[in-house]
Amino acid sequence: MSKVATFERGIHPKYNKEFSSGKPVTPAKLPQRIVVPLSQHIGAPAKCEVKIGDEVKRGQVIGSPSGFVSSPVHASISGKVIAIADFPTAAGRMVNSVVIESDGKDEAVVFKENPDYMNLGADEIRTMIKDAGIVGMGGAAFPTNVKLSPPKEKPIDTVILNGAECEPYLTADHRLMDERPREVIEGLKIIMKALGVKEGHVGIEENKPDAIKAMQSAASGEPNIKIHALEIKYPQGAEKMLIKAIKGREVPSKGLPMDVSVVVQNIGTALAVYEAVRYGKPLIERVVTVTGKGIREPKNMLVRVGTLMSDVIEQCGGLADGAVKVISGGPMMGFAQWTLDIPVTKGTSGILVLTEDEYAASDEYFSCIRCGRCVDICPMGLNPSMLSILAEKGFYEEAKEYSLFDCFECGSCAYVCPAKRPMVQFMRLAKSQVKP
Amino acid sequence: MSTEAKTRPLIVSVSPHVRDDESVAKIMWTVNFALLPAFIMAVYYFGPRAAYVTALCIATSVLSEYLFQRWLKKKITVNDGSAFLTGLLLGLNLPSGVPFYIPLVGSFVAIVITKTLFGGLGYNIFNPALIGRAFLLLTWPKLMTKWIEPTAQFVGLDAKTTATPLGILKEEGLSKLIEHFGDKAGVYKSLLFGSTAGSLGETSAIALLIGAGILFYKRYITWHIPLSFLGTVALAAWIFGGKEGLLTGDPIIHVLSGGLMLGAFFMATDYVTCPTIKKGQIIFGIGCGAITMLIRLKGGFPEGVMFAILLMNCFAPLIDRNVKTDMFGAIKEKKK
Repeated sequence: MSKVATFERGIHPKYNKEFSSGKPVTPAKLPQRIVVPLSQHIGAPAKCEVKIGDEVKRGQVIGSPSGFVSSPVHASISGKVIAIADFPTAAGRMVNSVVIESDGKDEAVVFKENPDYMNLGADEIRTMIKDAGIVGMGGAAFPTNVKLSPPKEKPIDTVILNGAECEPYLTADHRLMDERPREVIEGLKIIMKALGVKEGHVGIEENKPDAIKAMQSAASGEPNIKIHALEIKYPQGAEKMLIKAIKGREVPSKGLPMDVSVVVQNIGTALAVYEAVRYGKPLIERVVTVTGKGIREPKNMLVRVGTLMSDVIEQCGGLADGAVKVISGGPMMGFAQWTLDIPVTKGTSGILVLTEDEYAASDEYFSCIRCGRCVDICPMGLNPSMLSILAEKGFYEEAKEYSLFDCFECGSCAYVCPAKRPMVQFMRLAKSQVKP
Repeated sequence: MSTEAKTRPLIVSVSPHVRDDESVAKIMWTVNFALLPAFIMAVYYFGPRAAYVTALCIATSVLSEYLFQRWLKKKITVNDGSAFLTGLLLGLNLPSGVPFYIPLVGSFVAIVITKTLFGGLGYNIFNPALIGRAFLLLTWPKLMTKWIEPTAQFVGLDAKTTATPLGILKEEGLSKLIEHFGDKAGVYKSLLFGSTAGSLGETSAIALLIGAGILFYKRYITWHIPLSFLGTVALAAWIFGGKEGLLTGDPIIHVLSGGLMLGAFFMATDYVTCPTIKKGQIIFGIGCGAITMLIRLKGGFPEGVMFAILLMNCFAPLIDRNVKTDMFGAIKEKKK
C-alpha cells in the first residue's frame, strides 16, 4: 500500500460531497443584473473606472488596481451601469460596488489570444495575470500576480496546486479536475514558468480517485509535475498543511509559504491563469458549488462574478423546506449570510444551505472542561483551550504569548469542542484586541 | 427577496457551521455508564447497602447542585451528568457500612464546596468526589475505615469487619496477606474479581477494566495518565515494595489493590483537574504514582491514591503552563 501524504493532527468531519460531486459543471443563466464589488480581494480596493449610465461590455475593466497589492475588476456581462454604491458582501462588509443592468446581448470586448503562450516571458505572464484580475479562488482572494512576484531574498523552487478541497460539501475544484484537467495542468505550467520553477505538484484528497486519475493522465507527459494522493483529513488544503504533506517543509511560525520556497495556488486559479494567458480572458466567472440539504437541486455552476446568490439558488430549485442557514463558502470556514442578495465574487467557492438537522442549532455553550480535544487536533499545534479561556476573560496579551496569531481560524477546535464553545469567535476577538 | 420559502430570518453565526455530535453531557453520562460494572460488583459483594449508599451520594450531589445553582441564579446544569458522576464516584469510594449522614456530608462538600463555589464544572481545581472523600476520612476516620467483609449476600451494619488487602500488607506483611487468601493466586483472583474488603467500587479490577475499556473505545480517555500512573506504581512497588530489599516487591498486588484502578482510570483522568496537554498528563500520572507509593510504603495510611491525585490536581495548571504543545513551524522560528 502506498503511503498517502498528510500532516499531523486534524479532524475528520462528515464530508457530504455526494450532494454535488457527480454533477457536471453547468453554466448559469445570463443574469439580469449584477453587483460587482470593487474589492473582491485582499489589498487596496480597485478604483472605479465607470460612471452611472455608461455602457459596458463583458470583460471591460470597471475598476483598476490602486496599488501593488490590488486587482482590477471587470464587467461580467454587457449592459448599462445603473448604480455605484455600497452593497453588502459575503464577509459582512459593505463594499463600494458597480451595478450593471444586462442588455441581454452579452457582448464581449476583444480578448487578446496567445497560442504560443509557453514562450512568453515571466514578466509578460505576470502582467497578463494581473490585468485579468486573477486572485486566489480558494476563498482568501489574494492577488495572484503578487504571489508570483516573490522578493529576491525568497527564492521559490516549488509550486503546489491545491486540489485537496478539504472543506466539506464543496466540489467545485473536484469538477474542474475531472472535466478540465489538461487546462489546469497548463495553468500550473504557466505559473511555474512565471516563477522560473522546475517542480510542480498537485495534492488531491483520496476521496476523489477520478480526479486523481484524470490529473495523472493529463500530467503524464510532464516529468516535472507530480500528482499526490492526500489523506482525507481537514484542513488538508490549508497552505501550511499542504506544503507539509507534500514537501515535508514546515512554514515557520508567522511565516508565509515563500519562506520555505513554495507557492501554493488553487485549482480554479490555475484554470483562470490558463484562460487569461492563453485566451486573454479576465476573471469574470467561476465555478460555484451550490449544495446542502437546504438546496432543492444541488449543482456545480459556472457563475458570472456579480450574480446574486438569490439568482443562483433559484436556478438550483430554490431553498428546500427547513433551510435555516446560507453560507458563502464551506461549512468550516464559510460566512453565514443574512440575506440572499449577496453577489458571487471571485472568492466564492460555494453556496451552502444547511437545514435545521444539518446545522448544530444550539447557540448555548458551556465552560471549558479542559478535555484537551482541541489541543489534540489543532493543525497548528496550539492550545485552543487555553486561548479561548484567555480570550473569554479578556487576557488578550497573554493569549498572544500562546501564539494566538498562528491560528488561521480553520475551526477544527470548535468542531470537536464538547462544550460547544465558539472557539473561532474567541480567537477573532482576541486578535482584534492586540497587535500581532 | 426573490427566492421562495423565506418564512423566517436566516441564522447568522460564526464558523464553523457544523459540529461533531459529542457533548459534555454525552461524555459524562458515558462515564457514568462505564462505572456500571463496578457498581454491579459492589452490589454483588456488599449487598443492597452498596446501592443505598451510592444512591444517597448521587441524590445529594444532584440535589445540592440544583439548589445551589438556583440560589446563586446560575445556569442549572444537573442534566449534564457531572453531578451524578461526582455522586457515583463518591459512593464507590465509600465503605459499605457508613451511616446515612456520611454520603450526605461528603456529597455536599464535593459539590457545593469543591465544585459550585469554585465556579462550577470546568473551574474546580480538585476532583470533587475525592475532596468529599478526603473530608470524610479526616473527619470520621473510624467510620471511613470500617471495612465490611464482602460476602455476596446481604449484610447488616453489624457484619464482620476486616482489613483491606493493603491494610494487611502494611501492618502484617505479604506472607499474612497470602495466608489470608490461601495462596498468591488466591490473592490475585480476589483482587481481580473484588471479593476483598475495601471501598464499594474499588475492589473489582475486572469490572473497572471493562469500564475503562468503554472509555478507551469512545476515546474519552487516552493511555497517558492511566499507564504512567499504573506503571509508576508497579515500578515503585517492584523496586521498593519488598521486605527482602530492593527489587523484591510484588507489583501486581499493588496495582490491583486499593483505589488504584478506580483512581487511575476514572479519577485521575478527570478532564477538569488533570493537565490538557498529553506530555503533561504523563508527568501528572508519574506524580500520582510516585505519591501513591510514597504514602503506601512510608506514610501513615495504607492507601495513598486519593491524596496522590489531589496533590497532583494542585500541579495540573502549573504543568499545563510549563509543558509546551508541539507547535507547527516552531523549530524553524528558533533558528532565526
